[in-house]
Amino acid sequence: MLSPIFYLFAAITLLGGIGVIAWKNPVSSALCMVASFVGIAGLFVGLNAYFVGVLQVLVYAGAIMVLFIFIIMLLDLKPSKYASFPPPTIAAAILIPLVIMFQLVVVISKTEAQPILINEASLKAAEKTELSLDPEAPNYIAKDSKIRKELSEGKLPDVHLIGNKLFTEFHFPLQVIGLLLLVATVGCIVLSRNTNSSQE
Amino acid sequence: MYASLNEYLIISGLLFCIGFAGVILRKNIIVIFMCLELMLAAASLTLVAFTRFKPFQQEGATTTLPDYDGQMLVFFIITVAAAEVAVGLAIIVALYRSRQTIHTDDLDALKG
Repeated sequence: MLSPIFYLFAAITLLGGIGVIAWKNPVSSALCMVASFVGIAGLFVGLNAYFVGVLQVLVYAGAIMVLFIFIIMLLDLKPSKYASFPPPTIAAAILIPLVIMFQLVVVISKTEAQPILINEASLKAAEKTELSLDPEAPNYIAKDSKIRKELSEGKLPDVHLIGNKLFTEFHFPLQVIGLLLLVATVGCIVLSRNTNSSQE
Repeated sequence: MYASLNEYLIISGLLFCIGFAGVILRKNIIVIFMCLELMLAAASLTLVAFTRFKPFQQEGATTTLPDYDGQMLVFFIITVAAAEVAVGLAIIVALYRSRQTIHTDDLDALKG
């Protein structure tokens, strides 16, 4: 990703994050969070992770935020009677993240990371070196598949590669995630049932 | 001029710290929950950045198909986060129904 675009999306992400904790009104916080997630989705797209970027906008900025705003609306919140934050809390909220950030900066300043470009030539090379024609190999892709066709044209078939990985190597975790969603659905119904009427 | 891995990691770390500060600072449970989501998103950004910057080396040549294992993990993180938000907000609604508040200073039944 080109640096100016990267800094634009990074600024959107971080300002959105600051807005979440700075605004007193929870609805403003929720809208800032949408901005932050859209910024992160832009960063994902810049990292050639198109599918995950779309997923981030659809699931987070779409579904989850609607859920948040819906609950805020439902709860009819009154302004807090506690006016300001106590100084020890503010000190902790500044110091502990600063320590974490300091550690991160120290580690990163000692590492050397070369930027890797994804372009037409490298994708054409990847089609030959990174995919296997051996059906037993974990990175096996059939010879006349769409993945190989697009790679040899110098395009990145992001969704096809993810789908291939998800339904071969990761199909058991996918089933487990399906079960988790079922449990969450049942849990929501149980939690939101009216407890008074169920006791009668 | 292209953004390097370190820049992505710094942005992700900053976002994580913002979310963490929010969890410590804010007293509204819904906003605390949003800050938790921010921290999860920061972790996702780290994972995606690492998938993109992993070189594949074979016989001297370096090619660059992204490493999709990390993106699988992000996919599962997003799914788990959606389930977590659904259950968490249901708990918050149940809490509000019984205590008429979602302010953490009022929720002292455990005498913590």
